[in-house]
Amino acid sequence: MTIKRLFIANRGEIAVRVIRAAQELGIHTIQAHSEADADMLAVRLADEAVCIGPAASKDSYLAIDRVVAAAKQAGADAVHPGYGFLSESPEFARALEAAGIAYVGPSADTIERMGDKVAARQAAEAAGVPVVPGSKGRIATVDDAAEVAREVGYPVMIKAAAGGGGRGIRIAADEAELRKLAPQAQQEAQAAFGDGGLYLERAVQSPRHIEVQILGDGETAVHVYERECSLQRRRQKVWEEAGAACLDDDTREALCASAVVLAESVNYRGAGTLEYLYDAARNEFYFIEMNTRIQVEHPVSEMITGVDLVQEMIRVCGGEKLSLRQQDIARSGHAIEVRINAEDPHMQFMPWPGKVGAMRLPEGDGIRFDHFLYEGYQIPPFYDSLIGKLIVHAPTRDAAIDKLAGALADLHLEGLKTTAPLHLALAADKDVRAGDFHTQWLEPWLEAGNLAAAAEKSAGKPETATTGGAS
Amino acid sequence: MADIQSPLPGTFYHRPSPEDAPYKVAGDAVAVGDTIGLVEVMKTFIEVNAEIAGTFAGYQTENEAAVTAGQVLATLDQ
Repeated sequence: MTIKRLFIANRGEIAVRVIRAAQELGIHTIQAHSEADADMLAVRLADEAVCIGPAASKDSYLAIDRVVAAAKQAGADAVHPGYGFLSESPEFARALEAAGIAYVGPSADTIERMGDKVAARQAAEAAGVPVVPGSKGRIATVDDAAEVAREVGYPVMIKAAAGGGGRGIRIAADEAELRKLAPQAQQEAQAAFGDGGLYLERAVQSPRHIEVQILGDGETAVHVYERECSLQRRRQKVWEEAGAACLDDDTREALCASAVVLAESVNYRGAGTLEYLYDAARNEFYFIEMNTRIQVEHPVSEMITGVDLVQEMIRVCGGEKLSLRQQDIARSGHAIEVRINAEDPHMQFMPWPGKVGAMRLPEGDGIRFDHFLYEGYQIPPFYDSLIGKLIVHAPTRDAAIDKLAGALADLHLEGLKTTAPLHLALAADKDVRAGDFHTQWLEPWLEAGNLAAAAEKSAGKPETATTGGAS
Repeated sequence: MADIQSPLPGTFYHRPSPEDAPYKVAGDAVAVGDTIGLVEVMKTFIEVNAEIAGTFAGYQTENEAAVTAGQVLATLDQ
């Protein structure tokens, strides 16, 4: 193992995850933190900690110069960027390279290429991977856009080339709307991403979001099967599964094989995810984008295969070859992850950065809770609301849902309001049990009052105690 | 003099966005329900609305400052 001193340039639960993986590999860990995070669990677990700036992300976790300087000063030979923050910044990867520090991720060129959604689409097409019918590249004029739309059919999605993660998207139902929205989308993209480039895709009706986990060492890539992530609120995933129960084996095989082909065609190094839209009615999948980092929901893939994705990405970015061949990766059973956010699900998901009181956590075979909580911890209000991920694994999807419901009932976090009630309600829902949902399912379900109805039904069951307002 | 307090911890903004003017300047009339600022909590923006009417006296907390729940953000003359 060539990496000896790993600097973790992230926070929250993923920082804890990276530290655990690194410590198991015998690597010395250096945890970066803002002033507001001096008490976070990752700081307590790491071998060393370094303050990189004030609370505001732009002055700490997002400040490339500060992070690189701190890593250099700490004598780190590698940096793990986690997810979010600088994890998909080619500038960050380049700055580390210039400083002689290894980056636990793909090359800056790969990050840049796959970060441009048009270039990524073109890479997919070149590798023979199906893409959503749409424009060949960036659209030059509104007339070009109208021409493409005429060919692929309405409704169309106008997407920002520098966007991704659901940002910078407009939907046009007809040519008049397209002509009105395209200039707006261009201005917005310019303002938000510094790049007004647009491309067009047919808007797939009620798609499922299915993604494939891959690992590469710069030469060879393998897949670690797929995940089903269609349950989303405001384009944020809330409930993720491995595998995608709606796929037959042949389709799964073709989907995962296509991901490996694309990863190898760009000489991918590290852990990455290829996202697809799946049209169940046509049994067709289309590549939409690639995430060149570890993802929040990686644990479900780990649970069904036994592969430690974070350890593997550290190893290959330290110069080793992949430790697994495709034939060594077998999947077994079904896993589900639910995101526990510090939000009040009965008050429009209002953020609730409370102070953690007594904690009782679910335990047992096939139950895993990745978090950064401890009794007495004050959740800071400056960062996103994810405070934990509850993951279950069981022989079948039905058994996994049952186990999830049991684990959620055993999760007690005094002093906090969290999205646990949302997941309990989803676990009890017949459509979820049947696996009958898509990316446009959750928001209407919430608007129809299903969460409130489930809460009323379970009224009388003890709720987590609350303090009188956030401190 | 009446205080307008932050309902939540987070980051306080005087303006809807960096390019906009502040919600209120000293001397502006404030009606019940008027937004006088935003508190960003865990990436979500919450409006801070006046619960009483009066004349805006000024912000007591700087733009983009970290705030705690209950902290005085602005004052009104009545």
